[in-house]
Amino acid sequence: MEINKELIQKVVKNARLELTEQEIKEFIPQIKEVLNAFSKLKEASSNNLEPSFQPIEVKNITRDDKISSCLTQDQALQNAEHKKEGFFKGPKTI
Amino acid sequence: METIQNFIKQVQKKEINIVEHTHKVLKEIKKINKEYNYFINITEDLALNSAEKVKKNQNGKLSGLFISVKDDICVKDIECTCGSEILKTYKPPFNATVIEKIIKEGAIIIGKTSQDEFGFGSFSTNTKTMPKNPFDKSRSCGGSSGGSAGITQKISFPHLSLAESTGGSIANPASFCGVTGLTPTYGLVSRYGLIDYASSLDKIGAMSKNPEDAFYLLDIIKGFDPRDQTSLNKELNKPKNKLKIAIIKESLNINKEIKDLILSKVKNYDLISLPNVEKYSIPTYYIIALSEASTNLAKYTGLRYGQTEPLNKEYNEFFTEVRSKYFSKESKRRIILGTFARMAGYREAFYLKAMKTRTLIINEYKKAFQKYDILISPTMPILPPKFTEINKLTPLENYMMDILTVGPNLAGLPHISLNSGFINKLPIGLMAISDHLNENNLLEFTKTI
Repeated sequence: MEINKELIQKVVKNARLELTEQEIKEFIPQIKEVLNAFSKLKEASSNNLEPSFQPIEVKNITRDDKISSCLTQDQALQNAEHKKEGFFKGPKTI
Repeated sequence: METIQNFIKQVQKKEINIVEHTHKVLKEIKKINKEYNYFINITEDLALNSAEKVKKNQNGKLSGLFISVKDDICVKDIECTCGSEILKTYKPPFNATVIEKIIKEGAIIIGKTSQDEFGFGSFSTNTKTMPKNPFDKSRSCGGSSGGSAGITQKISFPHLSLAESTGGSIANPASFCGVTGLTPTYGLVSRYGLIDYASSLDKIGAMSKNPEDAFYLLDIIKGFDPRDQTSLNKELNKPKNKLKIAIIKESLNINKEIKDLILSKVKNYDLISLPNVEKYSIPTYYIIALSEASTNLAKYTGLRYGQTEPLNKEYNEFFTEVRSKYFSKESKRRIILGTFARMAGYREAFYLKAMKTRTLIINEYKKAFQKYDILISPTMPILPPKFTEINKLTPLENYMMDILTVGPNLAGLPHISLNSGFINKLPIGLMAISDHLNENNLLEFTKTI
C-alpha cells in the first residue's frame, strides 16, 4: 500500500482537517510505519468469525414513549458562542 | 493512614468537622499540584459547598470522602476539557451518572485530574498539564489517567479517584504510580456523561491506595443505566472459594527484574499461552479504537461548545479551521489513522478484520477462563520512563507500550493493577484479569497478595 501525500490529503479532507506541509512530511513515515505494523492482522485466522462490535453481548435498550426531562433550551445553548434568538448560529451553507 | 471506611464512619458520627477538614485537603492538593500537575482544575467552591451539605446530612456511603475525577467525566457547571484545547470553556449542563451517584452518597469532589487529550496516550504527555511521577519528577505517571494515579499516591488524606480506561488508561498509571487501579467489565458502570474516546472500549473505574477501597467505590457506581445504550443489566457473579490461577506466558518476555518480582508474588500457578492475544491485540485494539475515535471526534466543530472562530467562512472551511487549530498533533494523527481504516477500499482489510480478530481474542480468553479464574501478567513491560525517553519514541513505539493492557480492554474483561513492589525505587504493577462480571474473584485474589 502506497502512503503518499495525495492519500494523506484525501483522508485529511474527509476528516475535515488541514495539515501544514511540515505536518504532512512528519506524518507520512509515521503513518506508513504504523499501518505496516498493523498489516500483521491479515495473518490472523479470523476471516470466518463474526465481528465483535461490542466486547460483551449487549441488548438494545429502548424506553417507553413518554415525555421525560431533558436539557432546557438555555442549557443546550449555554456553551455556544454563536447563537441567535434561541438557536445555534452556524456558518453559511450556500 | 486512615482507612476509607473508618474515615466515613467518623464523618457519619460527626466526629470530624468536615468543612475544616475540606479546607485542609484543598490546601494540601494545591501545594502538591504546584509541583506535580495532577489537576487541570481544583474545584474549591464545589468542594466547600459539598462539605456544607455533608455537615447537614452525613448518611451517605461516601459521606465526606474526597474524590478526584478524571477530566473526561462531566461534572455539572465545572469546566470539562478532556485534557484538550478544543473543549476549553466547555461547562457541561449535567452530571455524568457516576457523578450523580457519588454526590448522592455524600462524596466531596475536589478536582478534575490531568490526562492525555481525549485519552490519546500512555504517558499523559499529550496535553498541556503533564503530571509528574510521584516517585521521580523526571518520569511519567503513565496514562492516560495520569493525574488520578499521581494524586492517589501523593495525597495524605482518605481519597479515591474516578478514572477511565479505553486500552489500559487505569492499569498503566496505577502501575507507574504504585496504586490500585480497577477497570470493571465493559458496561457494568454507566458511560453516560463520559466524553467518549472509543465507545465499544471505554470504561469508568476506580483508583485507590488499597484494593478493597476501589471495590467499595465500584459497588456504588455500578449498575444498569437506561441512559447508556451499552449498559449491562446483570449482577456480578459470586466469588469462588478456591481460585485457579495462571500466568500468561508471553507476558513474561520482558525485563528480567520485573518478571522475577511478579513471579515472586504469586503462589500455586500454572503457565498459560495466549498466542493470539500477544500477536494481534495491538493492531486490533488500535484499529478499533482509532476508527471509533475518528467518528466520535467528528462532533467537535466549534459550533455548540468549546473553542470556536468567527463565522465568516463557508461551512466546511469553518469546521476545518476550528479542528485544525485546536486539535493536537496526536489527535490529528489518530483521526487520520481511524478515518483511513474505515475508508472505502481499506475498510475490509482494517476495520472489519479488526472486529473479527477481536472475536478471536475474546474466544482465546474465554477458553482460558474455562480452566482458570484469574490470569496474571505484569501491568507494564517497562519501568516508568523519563520524559526525555518518551520524547524519542515514534508513534508506533508509543502504541507498543500498551502490549499487556490492550488485551483485557479489547475483550471488556475486568482487571486490576496492584502494586507488587519496587525496582530502583520505582513501582511495579501486577495485573490480574478475570472473566466478565467476575470482579468478586479479583477481590478475593487481592487478599492473597
